[in-house]
Amino acid sequence: MTYLPTPLPQRLDVHGLGIEMDTFGQGRPLVYLHPGDGADREAPFIDDLSRHFSVFLPSHPGFGLSDLPREFNAIDDLAYFYLDFLEQQDLWDVVLVGSSFGGWLAAEIAIRNTSRIGALALAAPLGIKIDDRERRGITDIFSLTPAELTAHVRAEAKQEAPDYRQTPEEVVTRIARNREALALFGWSPTLYNPRLKYWLHRVDVPTLVLWGDSDKILSIAYGDAFCQEIAGAELSIIEGAGHYLSYDKPREFTASIVEFAMRNGDSA
Amino acid sequence: MRAWHFTEQSYAPAWDKADPMKITVPSELFDPETASNLLNRHLDEWIVADELGLDIMVNEHHSTLSCMSPSPTLPLAILARETRNARLLALGIPLGNRPDPFRIAEEIALVDLISRGRLEMGFVKGSGWEIFSSNLNPARFMDRFWESHDLILKALTTHDGPFSWEGEFFQYRYVNVQPRCYQQPHPPIWMTSTSPGGAAPIGAKGYVMASPMVGEFVKHAYDTYKAEYFKAHGHPADSDRLAYLALVAVGNSEKEARIRAEKVKEHLRTQMSINPAFVNPPGYATVDANVQGMRAARKGLGLGRTLDGKGLDFTASIDELGEAGVLFWGTPDQVYDQIESFYLRVGGFGHIMMEAQAGHLTYNETVDSLSLFSEEVLPRLQELSVQPIEEQTV
Repeated sequence: MTYLPTPLPQRLDVHGLGIEMDTFGQGRPLVYLHPGDGADREAPFIDDLSRHFSVFLPSHPGFGLSDLPREFNAIDDLAYFYLDFLEQQDLWDVVLVGSSFGGWLAAEIAIRNTSRIGALALAAPLGIKIDDRERRGITDIFSLTPAELTAHVRAEAKQEAPDYRQTPEEVVTRIARNREALALFGWSPTLYNPRLKYWLHRVDVPTLVLWGDSDKILSIAYGDAFCQEIAGAELSIIEGAGHYLSYDKPREFTASIVEFAMRNGDSA
Repeated sequence: MRAWHFTEQSYAPAWDKADPMKITVPSELFDPETASNLLNRHLDEWIVADELGLDIMVNEHHSTLSCMSPSPTLPLAILARETRNARLLALGIPLGNRPDPFRIAEEIALVDLISRGRLEMGFVKGSGWEIFSSNLNPARFMDRFWESHDLILKALTTHDGPFSWEGEFFQYRYVNVQPRCYQQPHPPIWMTSTSPGGAAPIGAKGYVMASPMVGEFVKHAYDTYKAEYFKAHGHPADSDRLAYLALVAVGNSEKEARIRAEKVKEHLRTQMSINPAFVNPPGYATVDANVQGMRAARKGLGLGRTLDGKGLDFTASIDELGEAGVLFWGTPDQVYDQIESFYLRVGGFGHIMMEAQAGHLTYNETVDSLSLFSEEVLPRLQELSVQPIEEQTV
């Protein structure tokens, strides 16, 4: 774990499914879909983004203290949930941003319906299969200890075993639920949907694919493969950033998204 | 009291050549000739156990130097033919890690038929690390376990043609086990647990509960089992509902027993030899259990405690493990005394599951240890009871 998932102050009911959420700033709506470690309202890039956008930071169903309906067992369920969410909040021209697992989820939403999405930004998204059946395209994060995982998702991080003895029970509960939910949606096939690559051609909104040049979970070739399937997608490399590029290079991350959103959308 | 002989059929010759010994260990460390000899030898030991009046327990593990059996029904199918009287316990079949419950039911029925009704079927949660081999989802692990359990029981007890199954985890068009079991309605069921939370549903169902190597902490699980059993059945559970599994080494002298005990104790170190990332995949334990574990000051697996309260782990001495009820060892008198003391401390049980072969213990040592146990310890254990004396005399 590279950060502690923080409690989100709002509780939202979407068709009977309760989730945690927080909102920041004003302006064009930006929905940020968090990685497998859960939502982090204290991340510096959230603050940065809120200077330019009306930021929505939900916790996915099953993550944090958001509900997990018994029927949910695949990424499709999360994608349909967020289509419900966009409709219920009546958001238009949305800048949809997702990091890692959240990037995969953003792509799954966009192949289904982009009517409310004005621009899509995928930061080192998981979700597709590259390479042959005997080579993993994605580092198996489930085979890493928490200390190893921390070192893998950041460009430069020491392996440090987390110590939760003094961490409040509610925060540790969020960590445990995040891990379990990530397994539910991503255990096998490990963090990809074998059908996603085929459907990526349906993404018909401007798409930015952000990559860190020091990503230890996914190669830049993985980012290229993503871009090849989405017409007009731009691959932008951030130097010195690892898999969690929004943490490693928050200023560059935010600047890329602001610049891309300015160029793309209803008001562009 | 029934006594069961158990060995994990480990590949001890390579224990010094690999660490960790699980999941990622290369199979080139197994010499085919040596492995063949060992597997045949362990079958021979079980056949001796049968002749000595002991029962037989077989388990399974995967991708490890600590156990060469990939399915308990495979060795049991052989022993169904090669033994005469022993009960044959599969402990167990890891339901959460098995993708095909219908096939489990079919294999159970076959072994039960060949053995003429001597099979006992143990359904276990299985080890967390083996989810990395089965690759089934660790999330909702126990929900899958119980659906598999329900399906197997229905498969074994439905005799009027096929039924369909459209569950959350398993779907079948026609479930129809042919031929059906020898024992009707089905072989006895065992499960394992060492915690009150795990014991509760087993007690409610009245299955035999086996608890491995936790020393006197087992009393919490036993007490919960008994309470839940009473609640569900309206009468107290017989002691034959409870089993305890420990390492056992008997010798003709204390000196000889000490040598044997040190050898079987070696098996404990294989439990430690694992990549920590594999121990507890997300979902294998409940969220509550994980929260408790993550916030706990002390980590690691407990192996009971000594009489003066010292908590033990894998580095404990055989003297400490003997006192804790994790490794019963010594002359027949000493072993009887240790088991009696432990039995009274935890409130009694009806089965002693003996891991009487482990590590580098040889065939001759194993057979001698089993013989001493069967001839000089077991007859005295039959007299053990936790009932108050006045009740016994009625």
